[in-house]
Amino acid sequence: MNGLTTTVGSNRSAYLKGDRSVSAPRLVAANTPAAMGAGRARGRTPLKVVAARVAGVEIPNAKKVEVSLTYIFGIGPTTAKKIMTKTGVENKRTKDLSEDDLSKLRKEVEDGGYLIEGDLRRFTAMNIKRLIEIQCYRGKRHQMSLPVRGQKTKTNARTRKGKKKTVAGKKK
Amino acid sequence: MSRSVWKGPFVDFGLLRSVVKSQSGKPSKDPLKVYSRRSLILPEFVGLEVEIHNGRGFQSVLIKEEMIGHYFGEFAPTRKMFVPKEKKKNKGKK
Repeated sequence: MNGLTTTVGSNRSAYLKGDRSVSAPRLVAANTPAAMGAGRARGRTPLKVVAARVAGVEIPNAKKVEVSLTYIFGIGPTTAKKIMTKTGVENKRTKDLSEDDLSKLRKEVEDGGYLIEGDLRRFTAMNIKRLIEIQCYRGKRHQMSLPVRGQKTKTNARTRKGKKKTVAGKKK
Repeated sequence: MSRSVWKGPFVDFGLLRSVVKSQSGKPSKDPLKVYSRRSLILPEFVGLEVEIHNGRGFQSVLIKEEMIGHYFGEFAPTRKMFVPKEKKKNKGKK
C-alpha cells in the first residue's frame, strides 16, 4: 500500500515535468464519450483521445487507473487496488497506459477470478429468484418490492417503494 | 451478522427428536407441527411436510432442498399482508 502511493507520486511528478513518453496514441472506439468529444472538435486539430476497453464494454476515462477500474460493475476500490498490486501496473492516468499494461490489466480483470458485469448481475438475479421461489420472508419482500432487511416502511423506504403515490383522503 | 461456524447449526432439541421419531417410526398422518421458528432447516428435514407456527395459526410448508440453511420462521409470516381497501367499497361507506 505504501509502495503504491509512492509510485503514484513519482509518476505524477514525472508527468507534470512533461515526461509524456509513456503515452501511446491509440485508436478511438466509436461509441466512447471521448470519441464524441473528438467529433465535436473535428474542425480544429485532430484530437488523439484514448479510450481503454477492459472487460468488454467498459470504457474508463482520463482518471487514474485505480479509479477507472472501479467503473467496471463488480470492481470497487478494494478490488481495484488488489488488481493494481497484482499486475504491478503503475497508477497513472488511464490514457497514458501502454498497450502492454492494458493487456496485463485486461487479463487480470477477465481471468483473475473476479465476478464482474453480466456474470455478477446474473448471480444476484439468480439469488433473488431463488428466494422468491422458496417463498421465504426475504423472497416475499423482494416480490412486494419492499425493504428486505427489516427497515421501517411507515416513512421513507422510497428507494424500494418508488415514487410517492398520493392517496386521497388519507388524513382525517 | 451471521452465526459463528464453530457453533454449528442451531436446532431445538425437541424438534430434532420429533423429526427423528417421525422418520424412524411409523409415518404419522398429521404433518409435524413446528413451534420452533428459530431452528435451522437441516438436510435431513427435506421432504417433510410441516406446519409452522406463526404466533396464531399454522402454515403448512413442504420443505424443499433449496430451503436448507434457512430458518423455519422465514416460511411463516407473522404479519398480515397489507391490502389496500377497494375503492368502490370506500365510496359506498361515505
